[in-house]
Amino acid sequence: MNYSLNPSLYDDEVEQEPIRAGFGRGLKAAGEANDKIVALCADLTDSTKMSDFKAAFPERFIEMGIAEQNLVTVASGLARAGKVPFTSSYAAFSPGRNWEQIRTTITLNDQPVKIIGSHAGVSVGPDGATHQMLEDIALMRVLPNMVVIAPGDSIEAEKATRAVAENGKPSYLRLAREKTPVFSKVDSPFEIGKAYVLREGHDITLLGTGTMTYQLLVAAQQLESRGIHAEVVHVPTIKPLDEATILASVQKTGRAVTAEEAQINGGFGGAVAELLSENLPTPLLRVGMRDRFGESGDPDELIRHFRLDGDSIAEDVKEFVSKTPRYHQGF
Amino acid sequence: MGGKLTVTQLEQKANKIRQDIINMLVEAGSGHSAGPLDLADIMTALYFNIMNIDPSKPEWSERDLFFLSNGHCVPVQYAAMAERGYFPVEELGTLRKFGSRLQGHPERTKLPGLENTSGPLGSGLSQAAGYAYSLQYLDNARHRWVYVVTGDGELNEGNIWEAAMFAGKYKLSQLIVFVDRNNIQIDGSTESVMPLEDLRGKWESFGWHVQEIDGHNIESIIDAASMARAISNKPSVIISHTIPGKGVDFMEYDYHWHGNPPGTIEPPGSPPKADQAKQALMKLRTLDGKITPGDLH
Repeated sequence: MNYSLNPSLYDDEVEQEPIRAGFGRGLKAAGEANDKIVALCADLTDSTKMSDFKAAFPERFIEMGIAEQNLVTVASGLARAGKVPFTSSYAAFSPGRNWEQIRTTITLNDQPVKIIGSHAGVSVGPDGATHQMLEDIALMRVLPNMVVIAPGDSIEAEKATRAVAENGKPSYLRLAREKTPVFSKVDSPFEIGKAYVLREGHDITLLGTGTMTYQLLVAAQQLESRGIHAEVVHVPTIKPLDEATILASVQKTGRAVTAEEAQINGGFGGAVAELLSENLPTPLLRVGMRDRFGESGDPDELIRHFRLDGDSIAEDVKEFVSKTPRYHQGF
Repeated sequence: MGGKLTVTQLEQKANKIRQDIINMLVEAGSGHSAGPLDLADIMTALYFNIMNIDPSKPEWSERDLFFLSNGHCVPVQYAAMAERGYFPVEELGTLRKFGSRLQGHPERTKLPGLENTSGPLGSGLSQAAGYAYSLQYLDNARHRWVYVVTGDGELNEGNIWEAAMFAGKYKLSQLIVFVDRNNIQIDGSTESVMPLEDLRGKWESFGWHVQEIDGHNIESIIDAASMARAISNKPSVIISHTIPGKGVDFMEYDYHWHGNPPGTIEPPGSPPKADQAKQALMKLRTLDGKITPGDLH
């Protein structure tokens, strides 16, 4: 394990920043490095933080209006013309509304268009269920050729943006609206398709994607004091999944938990369930939205209500451990 | 290729493409008949006169672009491409078969010379608009043109009007769209399924330059494209009035042939299934007086 975590990670005053802010910085930096990069937005330029790029490269920014189907299909045409288009809207609208266009003109057509879905998850808060996108991970990861990434914090979002700018593939980047704790550091590693062990343990593997990794770190800290030594693995890339890292950890611990601010059905939890059932059948607890929609409320209130906070996860994991036998090879 | 084909030669080429289409569809046993047949004249004009292309270099950086938005009409594009020299005419017989580059709906990654993947309707115009935007605003390539064919039933799709609004806003003057106005779609006439008129007025109100032509008159097609290229401050749409199934009398005007090949259905007034392909070819081959019906037996 060589992942350097933010030393003030467990402090109450841990630095917080919206993940989308990291995307904004990353896109501007990617635009400086590569003049083929263009940015398209569906009337949410400040909100999705494409504004940094727009200010720096107005001639490479295209305002699309509130038209998400056209947003991604025009991007497909721009990619045919040799450009690297980044498209942004709220995840509920893109890829929520335009899935078929993404399927046909971007993934089947294999064009390196980047779909940026901001404001994903219940932490969108007061806007309510219509705007709290929970199905995007499932929608995007079933598409052949598509890369799916949910960065854990703003620093990682910046790195992920730079990485997808140069990967030559259709890619989906999932962003959150609210400020969230920054658990990584500028020199922490990020590579598409890699998972990272953030904390070692031997009793259970906690696998997190997106902002939920922070909640798992908090949960692991609490579990430690109750005598449960949890290993925390951060999985920012949901597709392609880092199967080797996940299997190696689960092989060691014999129990697994996934956490995501999304539907567990078909989402990250679904992806890990598929991997384990085919390779290493293991008792699995999936933390996330359990086949239901969100609702209006304060983001922290909603996170607690749906038991997505570190305290709730620690309790649920403790119960899971107490009544679940550890997997042993050959049992 | 030395010099451009004469109008008469283009008409003969369009007829050959219609025969290719009948043969392809009969061999494939499925596919659309009416649209591909009625687009033969437009596609011939594009591939043999209007577009600056080189079949030996499908990715040539100076080429004009063709985007098919109504992907189900791809048999006519395949036939035009084969006749133009992109691939052997014999390969047309592989349409819709396992392992073929000629997929039932066009896939860019399968066949060099295709610019886009389409089939689900309404997104080809946007893809073309994206390319046209790049040429006009990002590449400073004002001498290249982006041609599109859409169906008329396809204009039911909201995605089309999002693209129309976008192209109008950015005055994408290198974007030239042929609407195949054949008045049919799968469930019946376009005006009974979902009325499109006032179609000219719709496009004009979105900021487009509109022409209406006889979509079977090769000279009109070439002239309209020339006019469209001369309009430098708007995208252009050419509403091309066509007869669905053009060239095969028992198919003409009959929406039953929208989604079926010869030999699969027997709508009122058509020959028995077993004779349909032969009669279609006979009709087409006698059009230019070169082959007598007796030669077909």
